[in-house]
Amino acid sequence: MAAMTVKTLSEDEFFYGHKACAGCGGSLALRIALKVLGERSVAVLPAGCMSAVGFNFPQLCFGNNAIISTFAGTASMLTGIEAGLRARGITDFHAVGFAGDGGTADIGIQALSGAIDRNDDILYICYDNEAYMNTGIQKSSLTPFGAKTTTTPAGKNIRGNLRPKKNMFEIIAAHGIPYAATASVGYLDDYMRKVEKASKIKGTKYIHIIAPCPTGWGIATDETVEVAREVVDCGLWYLAEYENGTFILNHRPEQFEDVEHYLRRQNRFRHLTDEDVQWIRHCRDEKWRAIHENFKEKTER
Amino acid sequence: MVMHMKPCLREHIPSKLSELPEAPAYEAGYLVTKNAGWRSVRPVIDREKCVGCLQCYLYCPDGVIYRKDGKVAVDYDFCKGCGICRKICKLGAIKMEEER
Amino acid sequence: MARKFLSGNEAFAEGIRLSKPQVISAYPITPQTIVVEKLSEMVENGSLKAEFIHVESEHSALSCAMGASAVGARAFTATSSQGLLYMAECLTYAAGGRFPIVMMNANRSTALPWNIYGDQRDSLSQLDCGWIQVYAKDAQEALDLALMSYYVAEHREVSTPFMVNLDGFVLTHTYETVDVPTEEQANRFLPAFESDHKLDLDHPCNLAFSAGPEHNSAFKYKEHVGILKAKGVVAQAEEKFAEIFGREYTGLTENYRIKDAEYVLVTLGSIFGLAKETVDRLRERGQKAGLIRIRYMRPFPAEEIAEAVRNAKAVAVLEKDISFGYEGTVYTNVNSALQKAGISLPTVNFIGGLGGKNISGEDIEEIFEELKEGYRGVKFMGIGGDGQWRR
Repeated sequence: MAAMTVKTLSEDEFFYGHKACAGCGGSLALRIALKVLGERSVAVLPAGCMSAVGFNFPQLCFGNNAIISTFAGTASMLTGIEAGLRARGITDFHAVGFAGDGGTADIGIQALSGAIDRNDDILYICYDNEAYMNTGIQKSSLTPFGAKTTTTPAGKNIRGNLRPKKNMFEIIAAHGIPYAATASVGYLDDYMRKVEKASKIKGTKYIHIIAPCPTGWGIATDETVEVAREVVDCGLWYLAEYENGTFILNHRPEQFEDVEHYLRRQNRFRHLTDEDVQWIRHCRDEKWRAIHENFKEKTER
Repeated sequence: MVMHMKPCLREHIPSKLSELPEAPAYEAGYLVTKNAGWRSVRPVIDREKCVGCLQCYLYCPDGVIYRKDGKVAVDYDFCKGCGICRKICKLGAIKMEEER
Repeated sequence: MARKFLSGNEAFAEGIRLSKPQVISAYPITPQTIVVEKLSEMVENGSLKAEFIHVESEHSALSCAMGASAVGARAFTATSSQGLLYMAECLTYAAGGRFPIVMMNANRSTALPWNIYGDQRDSLSQLDCGWIQVYAKDAQEALDLALMSYYVAEHREVSTPFMVNLDGFVLTHTYETVDVPTEEQANRFLPAFESDHKLDLDHPCNLAFSAGPEHNSAFKYKEHVGILKAKGVVAQAEEKFAEIFGREYTGLTENYRIKDAEYVLVTLGSIFGLAKETVDRLRERGQKAGLIRIRYMRPFPAEEIAEAVRNAKAVAVLEKDISFGYEGTVYTNVNSALQKAGISLPTVNFIGGLGGKNISGEDIEEIFEELKEGYRGVKFMGIGGDGQWRR
């Protein structure tokens, strides 16, 4: 069957009229996933940007069934929804969660790990904007090295966040999950294919999508998609899948775009020294060495 | 014509105690306010140049660009004017114009 | 109906089997474990058709139960002590979402110091979270409350989560002869769960949303009215229960020899049996002792208690709990009830049984003795040596 494209994508809109900032990458990730999954999706959103902008009674912006969970409880509430519907004899639905980087890699990682361990039949999508944006741009464990946030200010003594970004994709894969993938809101064809593929797999599925936040990253509202492409093109993010115990690289840039250009266009990285940029380049190359060793290459586009 | 599902504006705004639900649970897709006021610029589509590639429709974070007669149109009630559509359009068919 | 020799936990598990929850999510903690082990066995042997979810924490246990309840499935969980505190965020969430989940709590002390034995500080510390709270006196009542809890919680006008408390070890692990109803009886008693506000694939709904200052009070008011309505529904449930099962319960409180009582002990949980024996002994000696067992802490039986002690001379409240820096929580609630009813009696708070410390018949006799002194305030039991009975 041919992969879903913009021409075959449902014209239904399920996430509409929300109050996300203009140019929000996270809302794009939600919108497209729901269009792929369709009206029989039951969405769980923890406390965070997407629930804050979509669920203010009486302005309710999800056209499908949707519920806010506790911050730590995205995966566990998905589990209950899936089990509850199945117990009631209903099987033709998608239980899908959308949590940010903090809700996934920090406070929600325990419940997520539990759900994967049980292999609950749910799809968990992490929209990663690399900090706690809803509360005003604080560092999470997915904030990259060097990024300035309100809790990792860039000053004379400390130049922003000193720790590297946690590798959630590979942490998830280490559970032996049936399907995991990375994606970017800059490459929606790839993302749509992955959401569609995940929707047809039984058991736990995880998709980690980079979703720039103009407010938190310090870019213009019209740069979201461009920057989301550039992070892939410069090699600081990669498009990959994990399936049947194998890592698959979907897209290998023939030549990396300039890391420095990607960094310097964002206010959160503007303070970095040339040495910092060189360090980030070095870490990227180390990561890609490991990718070449451990990932198979297969382009399905 | 096929009707497409989309949250939409409602006339009634529940506010009295008796109109509020017992639990925080309500009809899905119930909109009572627009987002038009957020915008300082608006995307204007040149239907001559537009070839209906749908990239602007695909990449709109708010889903306000919709398919119309093989091309696209904008729901100005909910467009926030982010400008992603203008940048994504390879044909230069979208211009951002100042709101007055 | 079959007579079986069961512990409190086992009896409660039988009650849950008869209530047919569709989703059970639980995490083990002493002294709750046996109830979830029994339910696992029932799911394994097919006597209970439920999804048993092995969650990785109590927070997830209740979060999962909320997910199930949100799609209209009957959900059950059980916990104790640290586990109850770990799920605290989900407690208020479940109540605010009006998810009629039933949870068993094995009353146990809370750390620090660590202690696995029974007291009621765990559940009483969560009194304000919006759950109906009931305290069982014995294994039979525990079983019966399992059935009644779903009846009350899921009632359309109530739609509120329900916590059934069993004293850790003293009740959860003590064996008694218990009448186990038949499935046919249970089915006659308990209607199927029909939720008015669920995620429904045919009528999509947005649940658990935000409500700003404009609407927040209204939602909280409705939540309050819901739990208050449980009073009437408890009575209704007990009437139907008596019809079908032949056992009668007495609403939010259970009184013993209260009619002409001059000195009244108010308490809750499994200590009731011993307190009754003590009252009998005192009555034999000509003392007009009486007893009130609070069954439901929420909704609180304010009128019932005030009415029962109106002609008494003094009231003692014995509880396995302390709200540090003030007094026992039950005592605060009882005093408030009396004040509102215009009753000004000496009341004394006896804080006892903490961390499983035994309370003897002699201790209870001494409480009645102390009551005659007209003292008002808090007394701490079981601290030994010089400290005993001192403020």
